Amino acid sequence: MAESSPRGEVLPRHLQRLEAEAIAILREVVAEFRNPVLLYSIGKDSSVLLHLARKAFHPATPPLPLLHVDTTWKFRDMIEFRDATARRLGLDLIVHINQEGLARGINPIASGSALHTEIMKTEALKQALDRHGFDAAIGGARRDEEKSRAKERVFSLRGAAHTWDPRRQRPELWRLYNTRLAVGETMRVFPLSNWTELDVWEYIEAAGIPIVPLYLAKPRPVVWRDGVWIMVDDDRLPLQPGETPQMRSVRFRTLGCYPLSGAIESEAATIAEIAAELRQARHSERQGRLIDSDDTASMERKKRQGYF
Amino acid sequence: MPHGPLPVPAPGDKSLLRFLTCGSVDDGKSTLIGRLLYNADVIMGDQLEALRRESRRFGTTGDEIDFSLLLDGLEDERQQRITIDVAYRYFSTPRRSFIVADSPGHEQYTRNMATGASTADLAVLLVDARKGVLAQTRRHSLICSLFGIRHIVVAVNKLDLVGFERAVFDQIAADYRHFAADLGFASLVMIPLSARFGDNLTERSAHTPWYEGPNLLEYLESVELDRAPTDRPLRFPVQWVNRPNGEFRGFAGTVAAGSVMPGDPILVMGSARTSRVKEIVTFDGPLPRASAGDAVTLTLQDEIDVSRGDLLVHPDAPAEFADQFAAHLVWMKEEALVPGRSYWLKIGTRTASATVTALKHRIDVDSGAHIAARTLAINEIGFCNVSTSVPVAFDAYADGRDTGGFILIDRLTQETAAAGVVAFALRRATNIHWHESAINPLQRAALKGHQPAVLWFTGLSGAGKSTIANRLEQKLLAIGCHTMLLDGDNVRHGLNRDLGFTDTDRVENIRRVGEVARLIGDAGLIVICAFISPFRADRQMAREIAAPHAFFEVFVDTPIAECIRRDPKGLYAKAQAGAIPNFTGIDSAYEAPENPEIRLATVERDADALAEELVEELRRRDILA
Repeated sequence: MAESSPRGEVLPRHLQRLEAEAIAILREVVAEFRNPVLLYSIGKDSSVLLHLARKAFHPATPPLPLLHVDTTWKFRDMIEFRDATARRLGLDLIVHINQEGLARGINPIASGSALHTEIMKTEALKQALDRHGFDAAIGGARRDEEKSRAKERVFSLRGAAHTWDPRRQRPELWRLYNTRLAVGETMRVFPLSNWTELDVWEYIEAAGIPIVPLYLAKPRPVVWRDGVWIMVDDDRLPLQPGETPQMRSVRFRTLGCYPLSGAIESEAATIAEIAAELRQARHSERQGRLIDSDDTASMERKKRQGYF
Repeated sequence: MPHGPLPVPAPGDKSLLRFLTCGSVDDGKSTLIGRLLYNADVIMGDQLEALRRESRRFGTTGDEIDFSLLLDGLEDERQQRITIDVAYRYFSTPRRSFIVADSPGHEQYTRNMATGASTADLAVLLVDARKGVLAQTRRHSLICSLFGIRHIVVAVNKLDLVGFERAVFDQIAADYRHFAADLGFASLVMIPLSARFGDNLTERSAHTPWYEGPNLLEYLESVELDRAPTDRPLRFPVQWVNRPNGEFRGFAGTVAAGSVMPGDPILVMGSARTSRVKEIVTFDGPLPRASAGDAVTLTLQDEIDVSRGDLLVHPDAPAEFADQFAAHLVWMKEEALVPGRSYWLKIGTRTASATVTALKHRIDVDSGAHIAARTLAINEIGFCNVSTSVPVAFDAYADGRDTGGFILIDRLTQETAAAGVVAFALRRATNIHWHESAINPLQRAALKGHQPAVLWFTGLSGAGKSTIANRLEQKLLAIGCHTMLLDGDNVRHGLNRDLGFTDTDRVENIRRVGEVARLIGDAGLIVICAFISPFRADRQMAREIAAPHAFFEVFVDTPIAECIRRDPKGLYAKAQAGAIPNFTGIDSAYEAPENPEIRLATVERDADALAEELVEELRRRDILA
């Protein structure tokens, strides 16, 4: 019945504590909410989350569906990985695309990253949550990602239009989470709140969790744009004058829409090498995301509007 | 404390320390943590670049980096230059991983400090060397003590501003030790610091040759943590029952205290049900043992009734099980505590209705003095008796955080209203025994040819409650039912003559009527109660008190305009003229029932027809034969 960690390693104590905390949070959601969903973004944090959900409910299959909000601009490798994962684990996967946004021709290149993100991610997520009537949505956000997230609660209350009010957050004491909702409210839940990027990688390595190959360095066709390497994942990326795709050994620290995800030059082709590189890191992970670079308060504004 | 490089542990032994920083506004907490992160080399290049930019824009340190900006995350705070919420920061050294809760020093945010303290192993308390031990320092120490933090580091900061004078440091250290003597800390360490310049932060400062102790980081890396509470008796709150199919039935949860092995006997608290642990199930295979902090799934050898909210314990060392206990509360909500009002109480995985039955005193956190109080406002701490609607399992907080800490939740807004720590069980409940009557309510009712029931009329003044209730009682009497009518105005002449119209008194009014209704119901009667009872929480309380009997919330639904037009007692006219304060519907809210059993729309219908409708409803529900 048991599927032991392929590497057979004992987790370091600090990871054991983080793992147990996350499992308890996942169980609390399933025990307390009527219709919870696990937001699955295909990235490394989602992969850890999914693994933890399998552990939390074992021997049962995780008793909640996965939701992927697809902008139609994800890397091809991500979509392939998503479908293979859902099939392999026999999970209920809901894929939601904002069809109105698509019909309006919203895309990251012509519409700009801000509008694309708002319509195809933030709006699309709200649509999907409303359509299915989910009262709790579990996400993989970590507090160490960004400053305004450092103060987000594990159980983060959203108002009627999915809005987040930093002044109405509930205090969280011990392992006691107030999961009760007033009419019209929903909850976002972040079991990985206390994990750091390094914790995530060390855990992926110790537990042998499959991840999208884009995280590992490999020669890929890229162009240098706005200070980052952008991968030419398909023929929808218009090349600007003077740009020619070149092969570089690159990897991604975070994955999203490919025209908005900057790669870093790296030779780290294994998870152990990534962890080693990270210990020496000079740049924090969100740097590769073009959507955050407007100014430091931009993430907080997005969150207030309902971005994950 | 020995010095020199600390040995690096094997990777599997790297441990986690959660600590809290606290101190007054401008003591430099954010600077201290920012600097600690900087010196521990965990600030990334691009973050540092952003920090330099922001230091020039918002900072208070001229051209130097303002480390506090790393922590003060939200836009508002950057502009107001104060920390308004708890921020969590993460860093690690080869020896330890650290989770830092940076808690605000502003007085009105005491609740956030309590939040940070509830999960912390240790607190770093900042004291400004120029100001010494302040009221705020005492307040924070008291909260640390109350929330079970056992290790305190007093960081005497800004020592550069007093010329690194040893005498200043020694005086503050002596003052603090004197103050903290009664707070029960297991360890107390004083470190002279300058957070801004990094003295004694991650390495010894040349400015304090007189100081022999460890630097702050060195201490945090080496302090002996309290062992996880594994040597305590087993406490396993059942979080979720795992039943994927007919064959498997497991109880998922996190071990709160002690440890458990296959074959160990367990008792379900509050029942006589016992069994033995069959297996400790995990995704990675069965475990030979699970200890405090482990999230596992237990299967049992016998099929016994266990559900979420139950606490599994070792039969030889059970937890407390009672419906009354004494506790300290930190009030966390803008709206003050109303003793007697019903709140949700969540402890472990159990949620129950609870009321604060007696507020013994408020604690003045600056002096520690006990002050008589009738309520608690936001950020106030009090000592009180809590009564739950059903007995719950718990321990004294000193014996275990996870089974002794609880929260109170407002029933209407669902906000967290308070955090509490159990002091001790109250024996009163267990010493006043229920006398088993030889005759039970059903037997009494059988004599009457109908079931006992409570009909609770609610609605605005002038809605027609008393009129319809009277009509109903006449009709019931006519068909041979034994009834009793409790009317809002009438009980205030006798039973409740000592009560006024404040929120607290309104709650007590309803509570007493609920108890009386239950007693009359026990006698087998149909009890008709006519009370404005404007608050949902209070009607819910009445329902719970009367719980053994069928309870019908009858919403006499008359629009306020119609009530004002009728105004049978001339009260609306007075209230509108300002002569009656707190008048429901005028300057005090009426919370209409969301799901009443019966709704009576009164406009253009007479009392007789409405009463007849109720009689029919009682027939349909088998109250009447």
